[in-house]
Amino acid sequence: MRREAPQKLSDYGPLFFPATMLIVFFVVPFATMIAVSFFQRQQGGFYVPAFQFANYERFLSLFFANVLGFSLMLAVTVAICCVVLAVPFTYLLTRMRRKVQIVWLVALLSVLSLSEVIIGFAWSTLFSRTAGITNLLVMAGIMSEAKALLPSFGAVLTGMVYQAFPYTVLVLYPALVRLDPTLTEAARTLGASPIKAFFTVVVPALRNTITATLIMVFIFALGSYLLPQLLGRPQHWTLSVLITDQAIYQSNMPFAAAMAVFLVLVTLGLVALTVLAGRKGEAA
Amino acid sequence: MTGALSKVYFFLIGLFLAAPMIVVAGVSVNAKQTLAFPPKGFSLSWYGEIFLNPEWRNALFASLTLAILSAALAVAIALPLAWFLWRRIAPWANIFQLLGIAPFTLPPVITALGLLTFWATTGFYGQPWTAVVSHAIFFVTLPLVTLSLGFTAIDRSLVEAAATMGADDKTIFRTVVLPLILPYIVSGYAFAFVLSLNEYIVAYMTVGFTMETLPIKIFNALRYGYTPTMASVTILFVATAAIIFSLVARFGDLPKLLGAMSSDDT
Repeated sequence: MRREAPQKLSDYGPLFFPATMLIVFFVVPFATMIAVSFFQRQQGGFYVPAFQFANYERFLSLFFANVLGFSLMLAVTVAICCVVLAVPFTYLLTRMRRKVQIVWLVALLSVLSLSEVIIGFAWSTLFSRTAGITNLLVMAGIMSEAKALLPSFGAVLTGMVYQAFPYTVLVLYPALVRLDPTLTEAARTLGASPIKAFFTVVVPALRNTITATLIMVFIFALGSYLLPQLLGRPQHWTLSVLITDQAIYQSNMPFAAAMAVFLVLVTLGLVALTVLAGRKGEAA
Repeated sequence: MTGALSKVYFFLIGLFLAAPMIVVAGVSVNAKQTLAFPPKGFSLSWYGEIFLNPEWRNALFASLTLAILSAALAVAIALPLAWFLWRRIAPWANIFQLLGIAPFTLPPVITALGLLTFWATTGFYGQPWTAVVSHAIFFVTLPLVTLSLGFTAIDRSLVEAAATMGADDKTIFRTVVLPLILPYIVSGYAFAFVLSLNEYIVAYMTVGFTMETLPIKIFNALRYGYTPTMASVTILFVATAAIIFSLVARFGDLPKLLGAMSSDDT
């Protein structure tokens, strides 16, 4: 049977349940969220001017700009760290025996699936005074006494790189698996060292993939909400933390919804960029 | 020379990935309720605590129930959709494929907030079943992507042969398609199951005040200080994920699954 267009109404049968579920439980909630962010704004504008003004003030305030700036900066840093670490790693991984690859893939998937709560707890233990790595440094005689390495920016960054690294590898993996091995072979035959071949042949050939991966990891890192709370100080809180905080603890749903809509717009803009980068990659 | 260099690199990455888990594993076997590494004494009692302490046992039970049901619902949504998209030419129906992938691509806090406003508006906020539906929608991407991949791997001439012999759509689906797609159903279910087990923000925003899943329980416990049970639960989670993904790798083609999965995401 070839693929054919649906003819009878009953041909649409299989679509009914998934379409209903996705519309009722994804499209409608999404629309509700957008409505809440808008409705209240008008409502506030008409009925509670003071509240409305305060809401706007907060959205455009220096505090909000700082949080947004910090979130973007943190996500960019995480994305760069992950890609720099993951490109050579994934490249070497794809050149390994299949069995070894599978072991690494299972390990990466296991770390990737870990709850942020668990990653946060594990790193806070590792960075703690009583059970942390500083104890090893003390034992080795490098440090005089153990100390806590958190809360700090470094701890947040480490935790987030830990969380995003497996994701980065898995995003890069398909492109690198398909990379033509004759490319590097040619470079090697012409006398380039493996490292030189990697930087002069592999990296340029993957330029678009790397750009797309940077953007995807950036979006992934933007979604982190627990690690900044568990490993950092309040000034290390990201937009995601702020949204949760507003929605749950401050009960300011319109403000939370407005921030979420803003975050969606940023994300969608970046997804569009990724698609564009991908198109260019195909054309090249 | 370069071989040695790449070995060192892999060792360092492996160490980075394993280090927190090694410390947590060490902490989890402390004899007393102290946060110490290397561990002082040896005891497996903190693992028993997960099952003996009613609070942790209830959280474990809640998480397992949620993961089993929501992964099943996610597959139930993804399977007919993937089947329809493969079987029919209906370009407009691709919008549902996009809707299925969107919740997972956006920052999770957005899906969580959308569902929170929705459940609050409809008056179901806090009901345990809302978490099942929320997780199913949030993770529907995973079975959808694995199943779409599975369908493209099916040889259409098999289905055509069955149709020529007079089998209708239902019979074809049951006797030809289902056996071929089963490994992809299993891996899609496994991915959704493990991620649902670990998910925090959506569960917290939808049922956080009425039900404690394990990640919520760990987070709540962290606020009141440290107990070694957190460490033992963490190791239990890591082990569960590793076992499930090993099984997926054992019975399926993991490199192929991942190769196609990530390229579908981009």
